[in-house]
Amino acid sequence: MARNSGFWHWAQRVLHTQAFRITLVFVFFYAVTATALVAFTWWNAQRALDAQTDDTIEAEVSGLREQYQRLGVIGLSDVITGRVGQHGSGLYLLQSPTSSVLAGNLVELPTSAKLMGNFVEFDYQRHLEGKEVTRTARGRAFFLQGGFLLLVGRDISDQKESRRLFTTTLPWSVGLMLLFGIGGGILMSRNLLRRLDAITRTSSAIVAGDFSRRVPQTASHDEFDALAENLNVMLERTERLMKGMREVVDSVAHDLRTPLNRLRNRLEEMQRRIDPEDPHLDDIDAAIAETDRLITTFNALLLIAEADSGITRGTMAPLDLSAVVADVADLYAPLAEEKEIVLDVAPAGVLTIEGNRSLVSQALANLIDNAIKYTPAGGHVAVSAGETPRGIDLTVADSGPGIPAEDRARVLERFVRLEKSRNSPGTGLGLSLVAAVARMHDAKLTLGDNTPGLKATITFPRTFVKKPANRE
Amino acid sequence: MRILVVEDDLEAQRYLVNGLKEAGHVVDDAADGDIGLTLALSRPYDCAIIDRMLPKMDGLTVVAEMREHGNTMPVLFLSALSEVDDRVKGLKAGGDDYLTKPYAFVELLARIDALMRRRAPAAVKTKLAVGDLELDLLTRTGTREGQAIDLQPREFRLLEYLMRHAGQVVTRTMLLESVWEYHFDPQTNVIDVHISRLRAKIDKGFQSQLLHTVRGAGYMIRGAK
Repeated sequence: MARNSGFWHWAQRVLHTQAFRITLVFVFFYAVTATALVAFTWWNAQRALDAQTDDTIEAEVSGLREQYQRLGVIGLSDVITGRVGQHGSGLYLLQSPTSSVLAGNLVELPTSAKLMGNFVEFDYQRHLEGKEVTRTARGRAFFLQGGFLLLVGRDISDQKESRRLFTTTLPWSVGLMLLFGIGGGILMSRNLLRRLDAITRTSSAIVAGDFSRRVPQTASHDEFDALAENLNVMLERTERLMKGMREVVDSVAHDLRTPLNRLRNRLEEMQRRIDPEDPHLDDIDAAIAETDRLITTFNALLLIAEADSGITRGTMAPLDLSAVVADVADLYAPLAEEKEIVLDVAPAGVLTIEGNRSLVSQALANLIDNAIKYTPAGGHVAVSAGETPRGIDLTVADSGPGIPAEDRARVLERFVRLEKSRNSPGTGLGLSLVAAVARMHDAKLTLGDNTPGLKATITFPRTFVKKPANRE
Repeated sequence: MRILVVEDDLEAQRYLVNGLKEAGHVVDDAADGDIGLTLALSRPYDCAIIDRMLPKMDGLTVVAEMREHGNTMPVLFLSALSEVDDRVKGLKAGGDDYLTKPYAFVELLARIDALMRRRAPAAVKTKLAVGDLELDLLTRTGTREGQAIDLQPREFRLLEYLMRHAGQVVTRTMLLESVWEYHFDPQTNVIDVHISRLRAKIDKGFQSQLLHTVRGAGYMIRGAK
């Protein structure tokens, strides 16, 4: 069953390729042209053959007429008997005015030959190797002076047979031609598809974050190899850039974290060594708290940079968004309850996206955290995930004050915090991080009005269903 | 306990060694990967703290080599690198835990305590007990003084983790990592709310308190002395 549907899938792909369509059109026109050409040539040849037969008969008729005029009916019948004796393809019949056969190799006048004067085709019986066979002939019957009837004809059974053969083989040839054409088209498309699939596979692996992949090249040096080579040069450059980016991020992280680490270490050491009664202890505690805030901000900035640079794309895997929603909501439920806010989670079935669990969870945590922070006691926060025509939506809607429409784009920028919230704790990077995580997942973050309140939606792209792995 | 510290930033190393010694551990130090690996393979340690970036041989290779030689001592990675996939790389290379610099010393201490404790092959337990609090891991129910405690699944896991580390400091990050499997820092301290709810269930109305807050560090569950 699965195999079968795999085959259909493959067949559909092949039939939809440009190569196959071009082949099909080409084969069609080729078949039509070839058939017309062959038919025309054949028709001409047949006409020439008929004309030749008629000419021969005509020549014989005038010869025999001459004999009759010279030698009379006895002489004519002698000549005819003589010609019959040669066992050629000539057919003769000489009848007296009383319709008795005087000479010739036909037993009687064929019915169709009764139309006097014109060339006609007729069937006649003939003994051949002891058997009576029906054969076809072409000839002319006419009256001689004195009421004698003379029929002169030639056997055209072989011509007739070849004509019949031609008309029966022609459709078969056309059919075979189409069949070979379609077969060739499938072969060509399959080859083309194979080459293109290799490129597609490589590019999707790269989109997913594996920058070490290269488009495979063959030994044939064809146009696909030229394309592959160009792509590979491009990929080489991209990989170098990404590696450079990774190194920059890593060294920035290292060079800032090392002194921050020493600073925190020293403060902690002072905190441990100092007499618990010393009034400076509070200052040290405050300094440590300030250092931690610095570290938090730095980590958030670094994470945004990482998500935006694309170096985290390699960490994406199929992820059930509903499970993420359930887990994060579970983490925040007691906090909401403590603030007397109803945290509503709309249940949904499995919603698979391509993503990084930790980053998507963190983005959702930031949204819920914000919603709880800004929603007054007695309010509610609704978290839901679901499929929409646009993709897969992750929504956090609260009943807080919301964000004025004109400020919505601005709050996604780094460090922007609205005046009212400037004194509440937070780095001002929460929504920026959400936006960066959305960008990394090719998703879109929209802030809307929940009348009243804020409705934040991340729309993830629908993941394409992995094809059955029956190729290769 | 004997601990190996491999760290090339000498100031951070000095601080780490002093702190661990003050906490009562015996410490050896190394400033590069080569010496670190030699020490790890030649002397018995209960735990190693290894920096990710080291001269001569980087931390990942040191641990991979140790594991290659059949050395199973618990390893905690310290890293100043950016984080998203580095943690995964560290754990794949054979590390047991991963801490990003700058870290709080109490966090480090709690984590290596947990690592060294984990090393002792614990018999497969079906019941955990701290004082008169009992947790049945098969029926997933809890009782105190024979009274049933109504626990949500997540509360059960939280309590199970605390009880498996009874008598040890457990930090908020450790709880977030092992009970929720999150490696990020929620802006609001949601863990505290979970703990206070759990505390209301297991300690409220009883004479002795089992779930303690350790100031500046985290939480600890322990029976009355």
